[in-house]
Amino acid sequence: MMMSEENELSHHFEITGGDFSNAGRTSTSIKEILQEIGIDSSIIVRAAIASYEAEMNVVMYAHRGLLTLNVTPKKLHLKLEDEGAGIENVDLAMKEGFSTATDEMREMGFGAGMGLPNIKKNADKFKISSIPGKGTSIDITICLDKTEEK
Amino acid sequence: MNQYFHSIWIDTEKCNGRMKCLRVCPTQAIRIRNGKASLIQEKCIDCGECITACPHGAIVPLTDPFGELTKFRHTVAIPSPALYAQFGREILPEKILTGIKNLGFDDAFDLAFTCGEVSFAIQEYLREYRGPKPLISNACPTVVRLIQVKYPALIDQIIPIELPRELAAREIKKKKSKQLGLKEKEIGTFYLTPCPVKMISIKQPAEKGQSFLDGAISISDIYGLLLSAMEGIEKGSYRKALENICILGIGWAMVGGICRTLRLKNSLAVSGITEILKVFDDIERGKLRNIDFIEAYSCTQGCVGGSLTVENVYISYNKILKLIETLEYEQIKACPDIREVRKLYGQKYFFIKGKFEPRPLKPLDKDLAKAIKKRKEKEDIYESLPKIDCGACGAPTCLTFAEDVVKGEAKLTDCIFNLPQRFKESSQDFSDLFNKYSFRSQTKSSPKKEAKKERQ
Repeated sequence: MMMSEENELSHHFEITGGDFSNAGRTSTSIKEILQEIGIDSSIIVRAAIASYEAEMNVVMYAHRGLLTLNVTPKKLHLKLEDEGAGIENVDLAMKEGFSTATDEMREMGFGAGMGLPNIKKNADKFKISSIPGKGTSIDITICLDKTEEK
Repeated sequence: MNQYFHSIWIDTEKCNGRMKCLRVCPTQAIRIRNGKASLIQEKCIDCGECITACPHGAIVPLTDPFGELTKFRHTVAIPSPALYAQFGREILPEKILTGIKNLGFDDAFDLAFTCGEVSFAIQEYLREYRGPKPLISNACPTVVRLIQVKYPALIDQIIPIELPRELAAREIKKKKSKQLGLKEKEIGTFYLTPCPVKMISIKQPAEKGQSFLDGAISISDIYGLLLSAMEGIEKGSYRKALENICILGIGWAMVGGICRTLRLKNSLAVSGITEILKVFDDIERGKLRNIDFIEAYSCTQGCVGGSLTVENVYISYNKILKLIETLEYEQIKACPDIREVRKLYGQKYFFIKGKFEPRPLKPLDKDLAKAIKKRKEKEDIYESLPKIDCGACGAPTCLTFAEDVVKGEAKLTDCIFNLPQRFKESSQDFSDLFNKYSFRSQTKSSPKKEAKKERQ
């Protein structure tokens, strides 16, 4: 994807692992940006949920992460790259209900094993890759221009 | 004519432009222009924070004057249960309602009973509802407006049950017109309101239906009169007065009252705009899917904290709480018959007539490509600002100022920090520069480049 195109909006958000007190800020900022440029509210909800789950994955399991938002009139693209433990078995992690969350996390209402499946559910295109011990990268696209959908 | 009617009015004579309102507004709907506060209609959700914040009383709630009564042949007062919290502990609703009649109303209606019916109706709705959760109470009109403006995605989670005051007014008009042989419009129904937002919810209901109420009178406006009107009333039996109180309805005066009196297990109660924003953000992220019902009030502690009440909010909150505890202890219910409510519920008696529609803010541009371009411009402008949110430009924050500039509603030179910087950057005559750069907002190039071009 070409960067800094005339009609492309690009934003980077740094997320710190373990920083529960600021968790959710990134998805709120993304929501506000999308509202301001007039994206349809049903799409904003999908983007907000996907970015929130992505953000929470970094907060809970990684050391740090970078979430990049790109918006063009045709599509919305979210890319998350984190440094951390990575995921041993990506297929298993994508299953609903699977979670490696600790009891403390579960007590806070997380770890239902819905995070990654939820991101996928809200995306039109979804890619995930992970290197155990290094980190995970997630790529999602939501189409804005209905005629663009495959 | 404005598209949105608001319950507040800014008296520019009294306004000193002190920016107190600018800072408290939760939706950034106020700007100071030419030293006076002004309201951006589409952004205002009528929470009334600015009314309380203004040290000069320049922001005035628009409620109806007492004199409106003379327009009707028969008048009925419908006090918010929050009124019951305004007086000492021994003064129970019965006495307050008698006092209201002494004030000159032909009748005073105990709204708590209707609130009780609506509580049961909410319980029924919660039972059969199968959509996304949690459901959100529509009791506070500011909360409904907040959702319309800032959380349009949650709109279908607002409970579509009619407000007690509307149901009461509808029934009163029907019954009284038959009883007295009058036309419905000859019967004036007046809500005694703890906050200004109820006023607009009467003039302009959120669901675009029509209100059955003829006006709203501020509790603070009648408080003094009511105190003296209650003086001569003979002291009846405390116990008997207690036995007439609907515990469910009393709960409507304070935050958490509906959840508590209905004994809802899986509900949350939240009050205060900033707290509500946090909770609504969590709902939107899908974090609170396991909660059934949320009771949210924009005023601290619920309606007892309304800006048109008189008693200290914690004292009045406590009065309601103690009253509920007493009624629980004494096992006094005096509530509507639930079978009767279920029957009416089945006949759709309780549902609102219209539909809640979103009212999202205008985007930077209708065309997405242009909006993206403007958003980038806004970010560039924001980066050039001091980011200390001083408010001297008339906008509450540097970010909102950047937005105003992009929208063409403010000039970059309105920022006092921008002026000296411009001096430094050019040796040219100030007035020359000023004239040039006041139009800068329309061009894309940075001031430095432009200054260089000038020199060449």
